Amino acid sequence: MSSHDKFVDPPVVPVDKEKIKKIWKTAGILGFITAIEFAIAFSPASHGFKAFTFVALTIVKAFFIVAEFMHLGHEKKALVYAVLLPLMFLVWGIIAFLQEANTIFEATKSLWGYYQ
Amino acid sequence: MATSAVIEEKSSAEIWGGGNAPMNASYGKLMMWFFLVSDAFTFSGLLIAYGYVRFRNLAYDPALHGETFTPSTEYWPIPEAIFDSAPIIGSGWPLVFVGIMTFILIMSSVTMVLAVEAGHRMDRYAVQKWMLWTVLGGITFLGCQAWEWSHFISGSHKEGWGVDLGGGNFFHGANLVMNEYGPPAFADFFFFITGFHGTHVLSGVLLNIIVFYNVATGLYQRRGHYEMVEKVGLYWHFVDLVWVFVFTFFYLL
Repeated sequence: MSSHDKFVDPPVVPVDKEKIKKIWKTAGILGFITAIEFAIAFSPASHGFKAFTFVALTIVKAFFIVAEFMHLGHEKKALVYAVLLPLMFLVWGIIAFLQEANTIFEATKSLWGYYQ
Repeated sequence: MATSAVIEEKSSAEIWGGGNAPMNASYGKLMMWFFLVSDAFTFSGLLIAYGYVRFRNLAYDPALHGETFTPSTEYWPIPEAIFDSAPIIGSGWPLVFVGIMTFILIMSSVTMVLAVEAGHRMDRYAVQKWMLWTVLGGITFLGCQAWEWSHFISGSHKEGWGVDLGGGNFFHGANLVMNEYGPPAFADFFFFITGFHGTHVLSGVLLNIIVFYNVATGLYQRRGHYEMVEKVGLYWHFVDLVWVFVFTFFYLL
């Protein structure tokens, strides 16, 4: 018989239809992009074109998830930069590691016997 | 001039005196963001390592290895030929099952946003409902992944597939040492990347269950805000975000 019984629920704020619509619109965009990726995966396009499109569409999807679902698009600029700027190091990581792997492949590919 | 200087001094003293949030986010939310940044580096490390090993291996080439894809430990496989099975409908459906898993995870991310939105409105029963849907979505995803793993480990037993062990014996499926799909590293990366992501989903589901329980017992209602739902929501969206990248780099490319 403590304060629990005296607790009164605060009033529920009514639903803002526009907000809910925006959430479902973002979800729709994410689903639509995934559908496009599927269509491209089974199209006869070249591997290079496919790879480029997949990576580009993935970044678009990531943008919508982070900006809308995680609400980062509506936070203070300082927080946005504190989260996004450190990720710039990954650009170096991707270029450096893939470049090195390719060099090792070129240097050792004769071992498989398919190339001279 | 003098007045403005005085005002500045006062406001600066207020800022440095503590008690306010310069990034307009609470301590807990900020720390969740910085944890997610560090976690993003971990996952990037795994995916870049995958790219590294894939690039230094021989790639499947129809001109060299035959028009119909048959896996070999010599070259890196094309994922759509490996991941082409789903429960009930069997094999011959490339990427369909992963597509369904992606859809399930995106939907549970949507229900999580709806829970956060209801929390802002102090609508306890709506938060409760959407948290329950989010938990169910997470559990469904884990179930799908369990099927995917068991199928990958036991093998597809397709015509002409399997590692020849000599003496008419063939190895089917995968373990950490050997697999019928490609070089040993292929299965290793499958286990480590999807496994590490699955561990995140599992801990996300556990956190969601705890938050659901606290919502149901009215803890956040008494506390006066639903910020805990937002913090766990950030983590849950991150898990969805990682899956978007795993889907592209492991299954599509």
